[in-house]
Amino acid sequence: MKVARSLLGKALVVVEHNNAKVSPATLAAVTAASKLGEVTALVAGKGSKSVVDEISKIQGIAKVLAVDSAEYEHGLPENFAPLVKKVQDENKFTHIVAAHTTFGKGVLPRAAALLDTQSVSDVIGVKDENTFLRSTYAGNALASVKSSQALNILSVRPTSFDKAAQGGSASVAQVAATGESGLTKWLADEVDTSGKPDLTSARVVVSGGRGLKAPENFKLLYSLADKIGNCAVGATRAVVDAGFVSNDLQVGQTGKIVAPELYIAVGLSGAIQHLAGMKDSKVIACINTDPEAPIFSVSDYGLEGDLFDAVPKLIAGL
Amino acid sequence: INAEYMGTPSECLFFFEMTLKALVSIKRVIDYTVKVRVRPDKLGVIKDNVKHSCNPFDEIAVEQAVRMKEKKLVGEIVAVSIGGPKSVEVLRGSALALGVDRAIHVKLPTDNDDVESLAVAKILHKIAEKEKPDVILTGKQAIDDDSCAVPQMLAGLLGWSQATFISELEVSGKTAKICRETDAGMQRLEVSLPSVISCDLRLNEPRYAKLPEIMKAKKKPLQEITADSLGVSTQPKIQILEVADPPTRAAGRKVKTVEELITKLKTEAKVI
Repeated sequence: MKVARSLLGKALVVVEHNNAKVSPATLAAVTAASKLGEVTALVAGKGSKSVVDEISKIQGIAKVLAVDSAEYEHGLPENFAPLVKKVQDENKFTHIVAAHTTFGKGVLPRAAALLDTQSVSDVIGVKDENTFLRSTYAGNALASVKSSQALNILSVRPTSFDKAAQGGSASVAQVAATGESGLTKWLADEVDTSGKPDLTSARVVVSGGRGLKAPENFKLLYSLADKIGNCAVGATRAVVDAGFVSNDLQVGQTGKIVAPELYIAVGLSGAIQHLAGMKDSKVIACINTDPEAPIFSVSDYGLEGDLFDAVPKLIAGL
Repeated sequence: INAEYMGTPSECLFFFEMTLKALVSIKRVIDYTVKVRVRPDKLGVIKDNVKHSCNPFDEIAVEQAVRMKEKKLVGEIVAVSIGGPKSVEVLRGSALALGVDRAIHVKLPTDNDDVESLAVAKILHKIAEKEKPDVILTGKQAIDDDSCAVPQMLAGLLGWSQATFISELEVSGKTAKICRETDAGMQRLEVSLPSVISCDLRLNEPRYAKLPEIMKAKKKPLQEITADSLGVSTQPKIQILEVADPPTRAAGRKVKTVEELITKLKTEAKVI
């Protein structure tokens, strides 16, 4: 990857992690930041040395700023935003970048307010240091925007940028902790620890909608995903609302945005808000009994048929 | 503070019932069912003669405030909307008609005017300084701009806790226990009050306004002010160069059998 030495910018990437590993979404943020100038990574966590080590070996990272303190253990914006502000005041970066994830969405706008900066969300393209492309209206209107601010704060869509590869060697410096805000107390994280492929980075995604009819029928999609390999299962808002699957499977405008190599839409009609979450997939296939379903209009291959017949055949035939 | 005497003959308890004040921020947006079209001048989307309604996530925020009032956790609900003249419609129809007590319209010159998230947060900050709410509720994002920034910015300006993307809310005294939807699943937090709360889909199902409430809404106070009067500039810091349609996908084709689908995915698309 080319290092943008000719750019005058200095970008700070706020690293998202679980104190053990760097989140894949952050690697996309690093690529975006590399288009802006020299990249420094900020790692704040508790017991997060392995994260510091990992990010310091990522291509494109020149420096790592690290702080290890209890208040950063769970990514609480009330504790992270003052840290970002302090690091910015001390280093005067031209850009602060993070992935547009729950973490990035929580921290960056709060930090932007502390820095009196209008942040730019859900960036899907970087034209130059001041010009960005972002998604609005559920991806139906793409806005090219130009900022005149000395500091720009960007949350970037992870699927719009390649993940930065390994091969770097950054220096690491410690920064002082900014303390516990005392505003919010972490109680618990209820997450899926089954080790299934991550929805936003799986090569293939199979999603189900109301056509599945009952929660137990999602087993069909999990079997299909297992057969395909490196395949995650997603869902529409309707079935999440109905309690068929948990919320972290939701693909759509206000759920997850995915762009896998292959997206198989099973028993889902393709509402505008769902399409927003998957229409950048490389190849889209669908199975639906309704030939008029909007999903057919974005599908490269559409099979008009009963999923309860087709999916078992698909599993057997692959 | 309402002091209530509660007790049975064998007990004597004095309850100081402190009800909270809620400020709810709502936005008039193009209705989610509308297929949005880019303007010929490519500087925005077509809004004239297009159906608008209250941002769905803001409706959830209003509903939550009304439920808290019904449970006597909240005493007064004030709604605010920043927008052109027609924003009055969402204040009356989606807030006052549902149980909100009064409304503030921060009026922009036209219905085509937009205000950036930071300016929205600053306006709400000024209003919060005056109204002194205990909770500020709003939707997690506006479905037009999709920035997902105002609640977090507002919490930063106020120095308050932020409870974003919430699907459960339990207020008790000076704190609230929340469950929020995250990329990985759910997260439970305890936030101190006052707090800025952004509401996600599964927090509640908003009610429909009933005719008697719609009629009452016409008489509820609706104050009109400007951003200028609050000392907040709505001058944008970001310029919109161009708004474009997303890339269109080439038309696909129907396959007749599962076998054909597998073949195409393997040999043509080469993704399996």
